Amino acid sequence: MKINKLYLFLIVVALVAPSLVYPVFLMKLLCFALFACAFNLLLGFVGLLSFGHAAFLGTGGYITGYLMLETGITPELGILAGTLGAGLLGAIYGKLAVKREGIYFAMVTLALAQLAFFFYLQAPFTGGEDGLQGVPRGALFGLIDLSDNFAMYYFVLAIFIFGFWLIHRTVHSPFGQILKAIRENEPRAVSLGYNVNDYKWVAFIISSALAGLAGSTKTLVFQLASLTDVHWHMSGEVVLMTLLGGMGTIFGPLVGAGVVVSIQNLLSGGELGNYINIIMGVIFIICVLAFRSGLVGEFQKLMKKNFN
Amino acid sequence: MTCQTFASLGDVMATIFGLNLFALSGQLLVGLINGSFYALLSLGLAIIFGLLKIINFAQGAMYMLGAFFAWMALNYMGINYWWALILVPIAIGLLAILMERFLVRPIANEDHLYSLLLTFGIALVLQGAFTHIYGSSGLPYQIPAELKGGTKLPFMYLPNYRAWIIVSSLVVCFSTWWVIEKTKLGAYLRAGTENPQLMQGFGINVPLITTLTFGFGVALAGFAGVLAAPVYSVSPDMGSNILIVVFAIVVIGGMGSIGGAILTGLMMGVVEGLTKFFYPEASTTVIFLFMVIVLLVKPAGLFGKEA
Repeated sequence: MKINKLYLFLIVVALVAPSLVYPVFLMKLLCFALFACAFNLLLGFVGLLSFGHAAFLGTGGYITGYLMLETGITPELGILAGTLGAGLLGAIYGKLAVKREGIYFAMVTLALAQLAFFFYLQAPFTGGEDGLQGVPRGALFGLIDLSDNFAMYYFVLAIFIFGFWLIHRTVHSPFGQILKAIRENEPRAVSLGYNVNDYKWVAFIISSALAGLAGSTKTLVFQLASLTDVHWHMSGEVVLMTLLGGMGTIFGPLVGAGVVVSIQNLLSGGELGNYINIIMGVIFIICVLAFRSGLVGEFQKLMKKNFN
Repeated sequence: MTCQTFASLGDVMATIFGLNLFALSGQLLVGLINGSFYALLSLGLAIIFGLLKIINFAQGAMYMLGAFFAWMALNYMGINYWWALILVPIAIGLLAILMERFLVRPIANEDHLYSLLLTFGIALVLQGAFTHIYGSSGLPYQIPAELKGGTKLPFMYLPNYRAWIIVSSLVVCFSTWWVIEKTKLGAYLRAGTENPQLMQGFGINVPLITTLTFGFGVALAGFAGVLAAPVYSVSPDMGSNILIVVFAIVVIGGMGSIGGAILTGLMMGVVEGLTKFFYPEASTTVIFLFMVIVLLVKPAGLFGKEA
């Protein structure tokens, strides 16, 4: 019951937030939070470190951006197409990546994402270095005009809640239990007769499709799809968000994304803007050396110690 | 093109198969040079992986640091290329030893993914710092006077410095291979790869060997950086670009074998060079595509053992 009250409280906060904070910032936060949650499904609950999740964020963004610019379909269809496209790419990449384990898995996903990066750099429909600019937000179901930031915010919030719910459902389903079993002891899961690679593959597809959903939504929010979203830097950023927030926790990626996006917003434009990468690197090092459970993980430990 | 300067026999032969052999051999040379760098970097990764079971994500940043140290040594201290070629790898190696001792070792017993993330963080800091100080446009580094000019061969003009890159990196790669496979020190190293506990039991200082191995593996990247300084412009992102390609090469070759790492590096450089000639659009992606094929056909890698 306690957890339900927490969810209710968060939803109320999310509903009133845009009248207190700049909605575009909140939408950026929600998009990255969804991206990090999708990533965490793999890292936190299956133990697979993908270093190429930017490929799915970017693919979702480019597909949605291209369709919105060229065909004038409604935004929900644009987002659906972006999500499916990213999921399809995830199905191909995932099938290849699950053939290797551990550190090799990270290298394979990074290399595959770089393949996608060079493809989008050269492909005729992505606008190269300029990206796709001026993507129209359109009207939801042809009825609600999304060019208004408040309308857009509640649409993004609905998408985020859907994605978050889906991940929550996946993690707490029998399927999710098997994923955790693979994370804890893969040989045992194999000996129990589970086809481990297929489970990893399905988790990879879900994760990449949701990363694509985040990318599609982000493209609508900023009306821009660019190479930044497919760059390896972005893959590193989502790792940092998850690590900082606490991998394997439900709320960790949310908190991590909040902190990282806030730091970036505070620093960009200011005198310290040039130091962003250095600061991100230092946070990485500190997280790995000093608190591997992340903010949420450490908080949970503290609660357990003091209140049990 | 400078084809006119060639003897008429060369001209006839240069187009004998309907291909421009002059351009082809030029791209092959570029491929061999890139392959030399791939070989040095993947060799360093393989040595470190053998003993520590970690992947050093900062290998690319150390390569970048090697090039910058050479530039700084020349411009701030007047240390010439030849001294830099010896001193910079030593400096980078010492830096790596500090890094191993104070950052990598404390988490040696954790999941190896953490050390990947740790070294990624180190790479971000180094790249960010050098971008901040020197900008991202790149700095020039002169080819040393002794290696200026070139040699005319029947099908191509071979600049001396490019020949030097290939020869020196091959010498370094194969002496490293020889030390590891044929000497007593190498035997310790290989034994440590197989069973560190047992070797410790025989009274060999495994942590020391581990630290030195890490230092040497990273020093190879520093050496590659100095070699690269005169041919590529010295820029903060030179390391990350090449590292991702080297990762793909490591997946293709499998890290089980030292010789395999060297051969795969050279081979992929040549494959890239050939692609530049026959289908330039794919030259940036061909190594990644090759990796996809290897994953489909022989997932453990060309020289890897099935786990």
